[in-house]
Amino acid sequence: MNPKTKQIAASYVFILPALFLFLVFSVYPFFKVFQISATSWDGISPDAAFVGWNNFKDIFFDNPVFWLSMKNAFFITVLALTIQNLLALFLAFLCDRDIRGGNIYRVIFYLPPVLSGIVVGLIWNWIFDGNYGLLNHFLAFIGLGDICRAWLAHPQTALWAVAVIHLWKGFGWGFVILLAGLQSIPRELYEAARVDGANSWVVFKNITTPLMIPVFILVSILTILGTMQIFDIIIATTGGGPGYHTEVPMTRIVAMIVGASKLGYACAMGVIFGLILLVLSLMQIRASKMMRQV
Amino acid sequence: MSFTQTEVNYEKIKHRTMSFFIHIFLVLVSVSCIFPLWWAFASSLKTQETVFTDHSLFPASPHWENYANAWTKADFGLYFLNSLFYTTIVVIGVLLIASMAAYAFSRLRFFGKNILFFILISTMLIPIPGSFVALYVVLNKMHLINTRLGYILPQINAGLALGIFLMKTFFDQLPKELEDSAAIDGCGLFRTYWYIALPLARPALAVLVIFNVLAVWNEYLLAMLVLQDRTLMPLQRGLMAFQGVHITQYPLLMAGIVITTLPILFVYLLLQKHTINGISGGLVKG
Repeated sequence: MNPKTKQIAASYVFILPALFLFLVFSVYPFFKVFQISATSWDGISPDAAFVGWNNFKDIFFDNPVFWLSMKNAFFITVLALTIQNLLALFLAFLCDRDIRGGNIYRVIFYLPPVLSGIVVGLIWNWIFDGNYGLLNHFLAFIGLGDICRAWLAHPQTALWAVAVIHLWKGFGWGFVILLAGLQSIPRELYEAARVDGANSWVVFKNITTPLMIPVFILVSILTILGTMQIFDIIIATTGGGPGYHTEVPMTRIVAMIVGASKLGYACAMGVIFGLILLVLSLMQIRASKMMRQV
Repeated sequence: MSFTQTEVNYEKIKHRTMSFFIHIFLVLVSVSCIFPLWWAFASSLKTQETVFTDHSLFPASPHWENYANAWTKADFGLYFLNSLFYTTIVVIGVLLIASMAAYAFSRLRFFGKNILFFILISTMLIPIPGSFVALYVVLNKMHLINTRLGYILPQINAGLALGIFLMKTFFDQLPKELEDSAAIDGCGLFRTYWYIALPLARPALAVLVIFNVLAVWNEYLLAMLVLQDRTLMPLQRGLMAFQGVHITQYPLLMAGIVITTLPILFVYLLLQKHTINGISGGLVKG
């Protein structure tokens, strides 16, 4: 074998394991999902009945719970985009100044993001509990005993409570990325602006914001994708209840597989959900580009 | 003279008050991050009778035997070893397979290289939430449902895109001279990769380790779909299984939570520079 063919053969040996896993567990499922979505299949019987667009039709016209779950996830996403990311940005600003112990704060704020959604959910279950919950104890202590309730089991508050847990777990992640973005801005720019007599607001508007726009886009897209696909926290706290008040798309899709064994239907939901996520991300990029031009 | 003096003092006082309030705020946020964890730990040392009435943060008579019970009677020891096994295997798998592929993408020439790399990386960016349904179908077909392998292989695959991307970026920046001279000395391709390129890539490997340890240790969805036998379950799945059966045994549940969380805290605090720099650096630069 001449050296050239030998080198080419070696290259394929190097990428073969990665290629094999990638084809079997990423590429094949990606295409398979579309095929299964056009069938009615329980996952066990050898042949699946072809049903064409029926699953999609049913989801669009006969499945209000799925769209409610989409709305719920969207609600949490809006809160994450606003409250969570504004808090993260504010904290990043505070830590971007040369304050003492900045690194300790950074380590602590990133603690909730390294925990699992299950652990976080189980702990907060107890904080929000109706009988023994810490929140209710605290409220009773300061004299607000009237509003005590089982926060995760009450239709009016369950979605908010889940959102609070998600925001608590997520803000440290946004903080770390935004802080890294802020710290990548050259200090000389700030000093030059100060020398020219610019105040804090002008500096923020004309130097920080334009330079941070790529980071803002990144954080928003990852926030949207992460929050829309929220699952572990819901499973560990409400499981989608009370009623359907905290159902999200992922819990609906999983319920179709585990509970109902309707795999074709689950795949159709997955396709629709995937497309919606794609559109949301593209919209976010478009909106940010337009903002940059203004 | 005295006028400028007071002005300086005024500036100084303003600055000090400002940073005082900033610290108060930052400390409050920090407490909110730590308090739930500490609460879980304190509760794990109480008894079933006292856990709902005793609100102390440092229980007067800590019941450490809860941990022994959680470890043996509640099977958290079993789940722990499973988690340890899955995490170790997946991390080693990702490091080996991703670094080999990245080395080929960075150093070698072969047909379809750029297209392949592009497709691989685009899976990192395009969300395909539905495909886990099809993944379940594939595993079912391969008779990998309810097996350790069925839980391990998809997770190695899940770590590959980011792994190859990070490692290729690193290899691209690495000077080639060392490898060239090794080749001239008759060192084969695999030996060059193994003895020269890989040891140099330690910083990138560290970032990959921490990313994948966090991802695998905290994974729940796949474990829920793939594993039904208790003997195969990792910690996250074990926690849910425990709380489903013994919903009221709070101290043991909290001990399970601490057992689940301590290793991840340890790894995080040990490698926190790599973690935070890896996450922020990788994302902001990339």
